[in-house]
Amino acid sequence: MGVRLGVLALQGDVSEHIRGFRAALGQVGEEGDLVIPVRHPDDLTGLSALAIPGGESTTISRLIQKNGLYEPLLQFKGGIFGTCAGMVLMASRVDDPRVRTLGLLDITVKRNAFGRQKESFEADISVTGLDSPYHAYFIRAPVATRAGDRVEVLARIDAGIVAVRKGPHMALAFHPELGTDLRLQRMFLERIGIQKPG
Amino acid sequence: MKLEELRFGTELLKRGFASMQKGGVIMDVVNAKQAAIAEEAGAVAVMALERVPADIRKAGGVARMADPAIIVEIMDAVSIPVMGKVRIGHIVEAQVLESLGVDMIDESEVLTPADEQFHIDKTSFKVPFVCGARDLGEALRRIHEGAAMIRTKGEAGTGNVVEAVRHMRNIMGEIRALQGKSPQEIVARARELEAPSELLLETVKMGRLPVVNFSAGGIATPSDAALMMQMGADGVFVGSGIFHSGDPERMARAIVEAVNHFDDPRVIAEVSKGLGQAMKGIDVHTLREDEVLQYRGR
Repeated sequence: MGVRLGVLALQGDVSEHIRGFRAALGQVGEEGDLVIPVRHPDDLTGLSALAIPGGESTTISRLIQKNGLYEPLLQFKGGIFGTCAGMVLMASRVDDPRVRTLGLLDITVKRNAFGRQKESFEADISVTGLDSPYHAYFIRAPVATRAGDRVEVLARIDAGIVAVRKGPHMALAFHPELGTDLRLQRMFLERIGIQKPG
Repeated sequence: MKLEELRFGTELLKRGFASMQKGGVIMDVVNAKQAAIAEEAGAVAVMALERVPADIRKAGGVARMADPAIIVEIMDAVSIPVMGKVRIGHIVEAQVLESLGVDMIDESEVLTPADEQFHIDKTSFKVPFVCGARDLGEALRRIHEGAAMIRTKGEAGTGNVVEAVRHMRNIMGEIRALQGKSPQEIVARARELEAPSELLLETVKMGRLPVVNFSAGGIATPSDAALMMQMGADGVFVGSGIFHSGDPERMARAIVEAVNHFDDPRVIAEVSKGLGQAMKGIDVHTLREDEVLQYRGR
């Protein structure tokens, strides 16, 4: 049996993450149809990794608790790939008491760090481990204002830290799932042992 | 590092913003207190208004963009996105809302149209737009004009879901009916729908609208919201249905959960228990033709 990946499907750009992971799995020769939406604790069984999508972090946080997913996500053994709201939820601290974060990464996060939608932007940024710039989409994006010693900072812009990694987890302030460049999904999958054979 | 070239307001950023709203409930609010209730209940965004549609109906006269002071008050009260409504074709109202910094503009038939011939050229704005549609042709014309999100028009302010159902079925049913047709047949249908053929070809290929598609206009209960989700909506707008109900806080939370669990009747039953009075509502068939909002703009 091949690898199974999940996408937390409570709210946000779930189908974009499913499409992105399917395409990334296809590139490494795995079956792309083993990416499933996760809505209940039981859905986490047997997954190698989980994506927490972009969306509204206040809403997703509320639904995580309503659906009894808070503890199961803390216990989850696989890697977690969070984008935008996902990064906020993975943090240890956030500037908004309405969001109950999971504390999977020792980072402090500021929500909507750039302001409102009119401040949303796209730009080429450099990311550690990629040999050419990455075109990133920041949509009402957060930044990390602090990262603990054991958290590896992969990308930083003037406003703050926008990509981090620790162990099997990776968190990004932007949205690789909206584009076609799959290098960051591939980098994440590689860390959890899913890569092209040979 | 220095960011060499920042680009703002691109098509992808506009559509991307709309994608982040999927699976969510966008609630109409008229002041900071209601906005806070909506945010606390789990709304993904709020629509800042001077009056909810049911009260616009009652008030009559010309309905216009809300007082900017109300919009700013609501923007200051919540951290979730804030949307605002402008009259169809009213470019300046849109410029005003853009300058206030609202996150999305609804070019809405709920307000009195300013232009009976043209909608706003939404590609000339940096802020994303949502527009109403009754059928696939209307949806694709709006997308062609630059709308980043479509919503069913339904019949706003009635608390009657029947028109939202009709419009969602028009859109999804037409897409289903075109599956398996040849490109030539699809182009011929595009002419009948008065829709750009490339957009229709793309839609048929994707099996859905190429932008996020919400439902609006008459949703008053958790079951109504779940019904629209089962019909293929990406999320819902709830207007008068929340703050015209007996217990807005509970109704707001219940609708958020019903959208999240739209395919689980047990959850919908649970959240619907003892919710109190839903808004009274209007039988759409009793409206005079000039009271029917969905005929505005096409």
